[in-house]
Amino acid sequence: SFPPSFPPHPCFLCFPLTDSCDGDLELSMVRHQPEGLDQLQAQTQFTRKELQSLYRGFKNECPSGLVDEETFKTIYSQFFPQGDATTYAHFLFNAFDMDRSGSIRFEDFVIGLSVLLRGSVTEKLRWAFNLYDINKDGYITKEEMMAIMTSIYDMMGRYTLPSVRDDSPYEHVEKFFQKMDRNRDGVVTIDEFIETCQKDENIMASMQLFENVI
Amino acid sequence: MATAAWLPFARAAAIGWMPVANCPMPVSPMDNSKRQDELIILNVSGRRFQTWRTTLDRYPDTLLGSSEKDFFYNEDIKEYFFDRDPDAFRSILNFYRTGKLHYPRQQCISAYDEELIFFGIIPEIIGDCCYEEYKDRKRENIERLQDDQEENKDMKLPHMNFRETMWRAFENPHTSTMALVFYYVTGFFIAISVITNVVETVPCGSTANQKDMPCGERYTVAFFCMDTACVMIFTVEYLMRLFAAPSRYLFMRSVMSIIDVVAILPYYIGLVMSNNEDVSGAFVTLRVFRVFRIFKFSRHSQGLRILGYTLKSCASELGFLLFSLTMAIIIFATVMFYAEKGSSSTKFTSIPASFWYTIVTMTTLGYGDMVPKTIAGKIFGSICSLSGVLVIALPVPVIVSNFSRIYHQNQRADKRRAQKVKKARLARIRISKSGSTNTFLHNKRNGLQSVALLGSEEDEQKRTKSTSLLQSQHHHLLHCLEKTTAHEFVDEQMYEQNSLETVLQTYPSPSPSISSSVGTCCGCRVKKNTPLPNASLPSTYPVPSNQCPLQELSAIHIQCGDPSSHTASRSNLNLKTNESGRINCKGGRITTAIISLPSPPALTPDGDGLRGPPQRRPPQPPGHPAALSIQTTTSSAGTNIVKVSAL
Repeated sequence: SFPPSFPPHPCFLCFPLTDSCDGDLELSMVRHQPEGLDQLQAQTQFTRKELQSLYRGFKNECPSGLVDEETFKTIYSQFFPQGDATTYAHFLFNAFDMDRSGSIRFEDFVIGLSVLLRGSVTEKLRWAFNLYDINKDGYITKEEMMAIMTSIYDMMGRYTLPSVRDDSPYEHVEKFFQKMDRNRDGVVTIDEFIETCQKDENIMASMQLFENVI
Repeated sequence: MATAAWLPFARAAAIGWMPVANCPMPVSPMDNSKRQDELIILNVSGRRFQTWRTTLDRYPDTLLGSSEKDFFYNEDIKEYFFDRDPDAFRSILNFYRTGKLHYPRQQCISAYDEELIFFGIIPEIIGDCCYEEYKDRKRENIERLQDDQEENKDMKLPHMNFRETMWRAFENPHTSTMALVFYYVTGFFIAISVITNVVETVPCGSTANQKDMPCGERYTVAFFCMDTACVMIFTVEYLMRLFAAPSRYLFMRSVMSIIDVVAILPYYIGLVMSNNEDVSGAFVTLRVFRVFRIFKFSRHSQGLRILGYTLKSCASELGFLLFSLTMAIIIFATVMFYAEKGSSSTKFTSIPASFWYTIVTMTTLGYGDMVPKTIAGKIFGSICSLSGVLVIALPVPVIVSNFSRIYHQNQRADKRRAQKVKKARLARIRISKSGSTNTFLHNKRNGLQSVALLGSEEDEQKRTKSTSLLQSQHHHLLHCLEKTTAHEFVDEQMYEQNSLETVLQTYPSPSPSISSSVGTCCGCRVKKNTPLPNASLPSTYPVPSNQCPLQELSAIHIQCGDPSSHTASRSNLNLKTNESGRINCKGGRITTAIISLPSPPALTPDGDGLRGPPQRRPPQPPGHPAALSIQTTTSSAGTNIVKVSAL
């Protein structure tokens, strides 16, 4: 404050003058407005009403229009109260945040959902491959798959039957690679992946499971 | 839950698990109510509120979120009509919209509580921003009610025995006339006693031949009689209180009773010791303790009690004051001593002697019996008196504020009450939050998931009665996760029991009834069982009746993937061992096997922490007899599928 008060505040003698942090207030919150309804309708396979209802839910949870990773993890963890869903949520976040901007906008959200719910089986498989391929280099390595599998098992939590052993994810990964890795080169490519999945009845059936979610 | 809006997203994202899952997934619950989201009109005493139906469906255990609101549907106007306060309804509706319940400050607490109860919302959900206010108002209300009750209680006296009546008379003098009389009499005698002690020492008029004597020595007999009378009264009072006290031990420990004892003890000691002249000096000192009688007044004065209580509660501040004062005194005394050492005939003969000067100066008394003579001494002396003002002024506001705080708020009792309530509140919120997990496990145990698959009309209704669509969708999601990882969610109780059983069972029993392994659908999962023929299994599996109501269900276990398993295994539960479980591997029409039995490989000799695949372990660790009558045969594929079915 200027001019300084007299007599000076006794604390002046004791403490060094500290910076007033008032100037460092958080800048105005970043707000994002989505593209228009028509563009989104063109880009996705949802009807207008579906887009409206999706946006209402989205905006309710994230009024600023952007989902950052922490919020995403919090939201996703609420569905899995028994385990720790944060690692898997992290991978999921990266799968949705296609331009690696660090936050999911409504467009990313709705385009991702469109693939998952209204896309063809091949598109869904592609999406899943993209999820597993953590560094997005086109190959799924054992380490990547191990990370994904561990995160899925983490969501189960402690109280399971039978108990999750430390090598459960490893075995699962081994089986996965046995099934998918045709040429035994230690990585799974997108073609191997799609081909193998299309031959598996169970997987094809379960891909259709969530058709009527919205 | 508030994130109901994101449930479709979470379910869609579950597609990411499908390629890694080895089992078919359960069928998702059917959403027959395919109606689009519609606007609902809530007419509350004429004021219309509109919201989406899905907004209200977020909290299915409240009035507005459940089918209970259908009772209020008015066909003529096609609205839901509630004959309640529209102002309070605003905050209730906002709760559905934002997930946070706020308490409007101008609202009356009991009216608000009634509204919450009517709409089925528990007050613990009130957000942290408004919760303090809510609790404060509620507590005030309760106290007011309690005060009213106490006044009424004083009127009616349930039959108490003589002792309780006496105690009550002592504690609340205004309850009966006798008590009031007693109260005033004792007060009078305390005053008499104190005045006597004081007057005793005043020099009375001198007679011609003697010097001035204190009255006590002049009229010894009179004063002695007065003293005796007072002590007799006090003794009688003390004994009566002791008799009437509900807990004599506690009474004897209390401060007031100690004061009583200290007040009358010197007299008796004096009686005993009056013959012995040597001890008369000590006897005289004992008379000092008679002044403690004045503390007996604190029973008569609320203010005194509060003062004493304040000092007790400020003990830490007072202690700090004392400590800092001591430090300052020592410092300044030392300085003054060395400063004045040079000058002749100084009074500052030693540091302890300087203490007196420092104290007198710092408290700004300044008697003047000791003054510094050197210049350095004077300088330091002035610094001493200036700093004294500061140090003395510090604790006074603290004590004052403490006093007013205690006097006004009666805080200690509230804090204790608030602690209990806070724990209870947190416990209640935890319970309601864990409700979602518990309903999942609960539904699992009751096999409601199997019901959902059959899809018949009545089953649908049964389902919707106990769980809302949202809940069943959430449970379906958790179920998919179980299938992906081929593990099941259990609650803590079962988990503990399971680990306990496997730990206890180190010796396999020769009994033929062997329980089967976990009912998972995947043969792949059970592969681990095979390398451990010495796996320990419980001999008899005690079925805790409260956990698995299997008698009511038919859970048919289905194997998937691996063909032909020769399960000669029996569980002591199943009646149809070889009921071929191969019903339908397609289309995901499976149910979970409800039985959760301890899995054999949980106890492995190699311990946990394996990162690589489990090796073929040696058949038995030392100490295990070879004979294990596990009647599970292993197929060539190394799969060991066991089934459980129960009726």
